[in-house]
Amino acid sequence: MATEVTSDQNAGPVGEINKYDFHTETQAVFRARKGLDREVVEQISEMKGEPDWMREFRLKALEIFESKPMPKWGGKIDIDFQDIYYYLKPTEKQGHSWDEVPQEIKETFDKLGIPEAERKFLAGVKAQFESEVIYGSLKEELGEKGVIFTDTDTAVREHGDLLREYFGTIIPPSDNKFAALNSAVWSGGSFIYVPPGVHIDFPLQAYFRINAERMGQFERTLIIVDEGASVHYVEGCTAPMYSTESLHSAVVEIICKAGSRCRYTTIQNWANNIYNLVTKRAVAYRDATMEWVDGNLGSRLTMKYPAVYMMEPGARGEILSIAFAGAGQHQDAGAKLVHCAPHTTGQITSKSISKDGGRSSYRGLVRVERGAHHAKCNVVCDALILDPHSRSDTYPYIEVAEQDVAIGHEASVSRIGEEQMFYLTSRGLTESEASTMIVNGFIEPLVRELPMEYAVEMNRLIQLQMEGSVG
Amino acid sequence: MTDTLTIRNLHVSVEDKPILHGVDLEIRRGETHALMGPNGSGKSTLGLAIMGHPKYVVTEGEILLNGENIVEWSPDERARRGLFYAFQRPIAIPGVKMADFLRHAVTNVRHPERREGEELLPMREFRKELKEKMGQLHMDLEFARRYVNDGFSGGEMKRAEILQLAMLQPKFAVLDETDSGLDADAVRLASESIARIGRQKMGLLIITHHDKLLEHNPPQFTHVMLGGRIVETGGPELAIELHRHGYGRIREKYPEADAENRAMQQVEAGA
Repeated sequence: MATEVTSDQNAGPVGEINKYDFHTETQAVFRARKGLDREVVEQISEMKGEPDWMREFRLKALEIFESKPMPKWGGKIDIDFQDIYYYLKPTEKQGHSWDEVPQEIKETFDKLGIPEAERKFLAGVKAQFESEVIYGSLKEELGEKGVIFTDTDTAVREHGDLLREYFGTIIPPSDNKFAALNSAVWSGGSFIYVPPGVHIDFPLQAYFRINAERMGQFERTLIIVDEGASVHYVEGCTAPMYSTESLHSAVVEIICKAGSRCRYTTIQNWANNIYNLVTKRAVAYRDATMEWVDGNLGSRLTMKYPAVYMMEPGARGEILSIAFAGAGQHQDAGAKLVHCAPHTTGQITSKSISKDGGRSSYRGLVRVERGAHHAKCNVVCDALILDPHSRSDTYPYIEVAEQDVAIGHEASVSRIGEEQMFYLTSRGLTESEASTMIVNGFIEPLVRELPMEYAVEMNRLIQLQMEGSVG
Repeated sequence: MTDTLTIRNLHVSVEDKPILHGVDLEIRRGETHALMGPNGSGKSTLGLAIMGHPKYVVTEGEILLNGENIVEWSPDERARRGLFYAFQRPIAIPGVKMADFLRHAVTNVRHPERREGEELLPMREFRKELKEKMGQLHMDLEFARRYVNDGFSGGEMKRAEILQLAMLQPKFAVLDETDSGLDADAVRLASESIARIGRQKMGLLIITHHDKLLEHNPPQFTHVMLGGRIVETGGPELAIELHRHGYGRIREKYPEADAENRAMQQVEAGA
């Protein structure tokens, strides 16, 4: 909702400096012009003061992006790539303590409804406001243990060698068109390094939000869990409603070294006009465990298939996914497990809910490579359809190049049963209370995996979706 | 004035198939009625129609609660006005904990004017009462944390129904074969539990094939259903007679209703 564009500051042909309003006043100090070409990419890199290798990485990725066709599967994508702002820098310097965070941004947190209890947790929160992390302070104990938890832009400057070793190695720009796009214009995201043997016993959390119209958000997250270490990273997003399309295309790369453990939890609640096209992939080495917990609500179209590549014996990959598709929404979500070594174990649990004409698809791939004998993998996907206008599809792909493996697949599609509704209403619950209760019960196996405050938020979001008051 | 549930000339169809052909019955709060009859006679249909199951369509007649026709009421309105139906086959609601479901149900039934989203009963108060009632039913407290009827044994389901009856304290309750699937000890416990909940506080309609439940809850009235009608009404001695000698005498005495009943059973068997 750009209500005011001031011209008292320089508005050059490449960048425009302006001030715009959306719910709260936000000072945008720099915004790249609309559209995408070499000049914009170079400018982003320059604004960030990046080293040459990163600029080259971006430019190469741009070429790949331009050469790749749009994916032919999944959902319908209708994006004009020249009608998007690719970079926006909200404030000149990052806040390092809560006091330094500008008042209007605190007010935005108010509007996001971050509960009081979570605010106290903010000492450990990386909050991303528009494309850049505006606030973040590590808990002292993390620093003492040698844990790095910072935004990715800062990591390029301060931990360049470590970052460069892994950046783009799990998801190269050539992986898919949107990974290439992200690689060219990425901004923000989290960088985490957990040294060998270090266990972080509280979840590291991030909040972020898209709030500029027609602005894509392309954050880039890289997590390295060193040998025998463990971490739980949680991100939650909420976005306001806009009338024009908006694009979110993130890349998340995770490396789980031998004996380590990583859980990555996402609850995304996008506005109904947003394309959420995300590439998430982890590699797990010997006896390491990688878990994705992924909740997708809102958006116009989500295409997201968190992946785990199990590279060495004993590696384990687990993916839990919940999708809720309401009116005008298509959730094309799923999972990918690749067994590259013997004695690796995988589990996919997917739950989807379709309501008011919404469409949810499970798209999953389980691949067992040659030599990965004694691989075990189990896939369970359950769909719940709330009314006759809604739709659910399942696209399970299983490719097995080895004999001695155990692969299981179960799928179920159910409608909220008349009998369940009658049972609950006959005990005094209204129809809407009863259907909310059934839906919450349906996703309960996943919600109980969430940290308390996210479980509460998830239930609240489901409630809002059921009442139809979101979007 | 004593609360009264009156069924008048009730005709009920399921998927356009007529099942009940004019049932008349009056239950006052404090009375216990036994409803007996062979399979397919329409006993459960009557219970489900009283509770307002959407598939059980009233085509003629009335269900009156203190003189007010409730046929158009939704099941939750009926529950809030004090009606209860204990399911013959309770329905599983995976992922929903017994305690959460019950707290919601109890709040709505005790505060019929409550609107959605308003406060539930205070947790402490509710827990205390639930614990007490579960203790009386010899139920493990772990039960409250399990998902509603999900993976319950037959006996557990029936006990969960009785627990709900105890918590909701309705004015009128239909118990649909609450004793089936239970062994002798469990039937005794169930019977005692119902007695303890306070038979004198409720109007009970007990649907049963067995005599144990009635032994502990002797009915003042026994009704025999055949072919979608109540063909005979008597006192406790009628229940005893039917247990001892079966429905032969009834079938012979009411050949028309018997023919109807056999036709219904054939439809069920064919379907």
